[in-house]
Amino acid sequence: MPTIAEKILCGKAGEIVECEIDYIMVNDVTGVPAFEVFEELELEPAGELKREKVVVIQDHYVPNKDVDSAEQAKALRDYARRYGIGNYYEIGKGGVCHQVMIEEGFAAPGRLIIGADSHTCSYGALGAFSTGVGSTEAAAAMATGRLWFKVPETQKFVINGELKRYVMGKDIVLHIIGDIGVSGSLYKSQEFYGTAIEDLSLPDRITISNMAVEAGAKAGIIPPDDKVFDFLRDMVRGEYKAVYADTESEYEEVFEYDASEIVPTVAKPFSPENTVPASELDVIIDQAYLGSCTNGRIADLRVAAEILKGKSVNREVRMIVVPASEKVFEQAIEEGLIKIFLDAGAFVSGPTCGACLGGHMGVLAKGERCVSTTNRNFIGRMGHKDSEVYLANPAVVAASAIKGRITDPSELEP
Amino acid sequence: MRIWKFGHNVDTDQIIPAEYLITGDAKKLATHAFAKVRPEYSREVKEGDVIVAGENFGCGSSREHAPRALLGAGISCVIAKSFARIFFRSSINIGLHLIEADVFDRIEEGDEIEISFEAGVIKNNTKKEEYKFKPLPEFMRKLLESGGLINYIKKQK
Repeated sequence: MPTIAEKILCGKAGEIVECEIDYIMVNDVTGVPAFEVFEELELEPAGELKREKVVVIQDHYVPNKDVDSAEQAKALRDYARRYGIGNYYEIGKGGVCHQVMIEEGFAAPGRLIIGADSHTCSYGALGAFSTGVGSTEAAAAMATGRLWFKVPETQKFVINGELKRYVMGKDIVLHIIGDIGVSGSLYKSQEFYGTAIEDLSLPDRITISNMAVEAGAKAGIIPPDDKVFDFLRDMVRGEYKAVYADTESEYEEVFEYDASEIVPTVAKPFSPENTVPASELDVIIDQAYLGSCTNGRIADLRVAAEILKGKSVNREVRMIVVPASEKVFEQAIEEGLIKIFLDAGAFVSGPTCGACLGGHMGVLAKGERCVSTTNRNFIGRMGHKDSEVYLANPAVVAASAIKGRITDPSELEP
Repeated sequence: MRIWKFGHNVDTDQIIPAEYLITGDAKKLATHAFAKVRPEYSREVKEGDVIVAGENFGCGSSREHAPRALLGAGISCVIAKSFARIFFRSSINIGLHLIEADVFDRIEEGDEIEISFEAGVIKNNTKKEEYKFKPLPEFMRKLLESGGLINYIKKQK
């Protein structure tokens, strides 16, 4: 019996299929090459681009970090105008692409979405089959509305039990990657089940699906429930149909975890699989980064603000807070969270991918260490090749910012 | 032809660091390939060279700039135990040859090798060994033979 991936892709694991795509997303880094390739196709008339399916979001190097990135953002803007793309998100009106795709109602259960960004797998948290592609594939899909896929095998992850305080979706996914490794799900689709997943808020589920790619997965899908349907009410674009696996679905492997045994977890440099409990680390930090498509949502900011309220960021630490979208930013202002961050001595900026990929707004110098809510800690990921990134949840980042070293938040409790 | 050997889990940040993602031009990208981890590579790499690596080559970001940077320097083929999936797809789609083969422990830098894609054989002339590999599925071979996805679509028009 078919898994969710097999149902959405309409094929059996191992088959190569061609599917109709619901949406194709590109950003300022991947979008320009995609439009260049699209123009190489020399479609006549040029208006043949499937513009209603294309979503263009400026997020990586914006606000423009230098002249080269300004030229790139301008080129993307010009392409979006030339092809009359209505789904175009300029700075000030959007944010980090995956948060925008979710907030703007593009992501929904049962849909097949591709994006020229590896964390496109985030929408699996809403029951979509969504996956990252290259610019050439995005261009082909812009032209034809379709793309080829090899239907993946599916691994089932079952997480039962109750999570402890300060343990979040981030810890679940880091725990899993620490167990199966960064190639543990190579070419495969993941599906998540169990009481801990059912109890989890949508933002925490998005963190899990977001990092599916860090285990090599093609997709990380969570069967949609009322939390997803309630979120989508009144804001989703068009109709959607939830897709579920059959009870007799064939999984290649099944992994089971006890939620109560998962602790606040940190992935040490230079791999997301290099995980240890936060409490076991004694690492002095120079920077604490809260943001990104992984952990820059309002729920993440709330968790960090609760810890930072009335406290100060350590004098040896720069704390940087980057809400994942303008909507998140605005809500954080309304809820008084931004005031808490500012009062604590953190730097707050508008949404951008920024320092997560070593772009700008918080790049690291030689030898510096950053504890970060982002998704990758590869060599030189956030700056100099001899800088280090430690991946953690927002509570760990906030607690570490106060203490000046990587800290399990429970250590702060009286 | 020179062999460039890399390890396991070579990520796309190593292949082309993010600060160079301000062009999609393969030749320009090639001048920055492996800039942080192996600075001599971009100076010394030559048309026809081959990369040999372990598991999960090309993991991380979806940046097509990574396979483009390799193609731009004339890398004729990447041989790895396994590839990250977006890198794998993008390479095939832009016409960069990949071989999935467990030869990481057999091929050293300095070895002379010959590849027959049709027969699915790598000949190591230095060690006098032969390694078989499974050729790509027919659909992907067609894409590569067309010179990538765009030429394939053009031919179908």
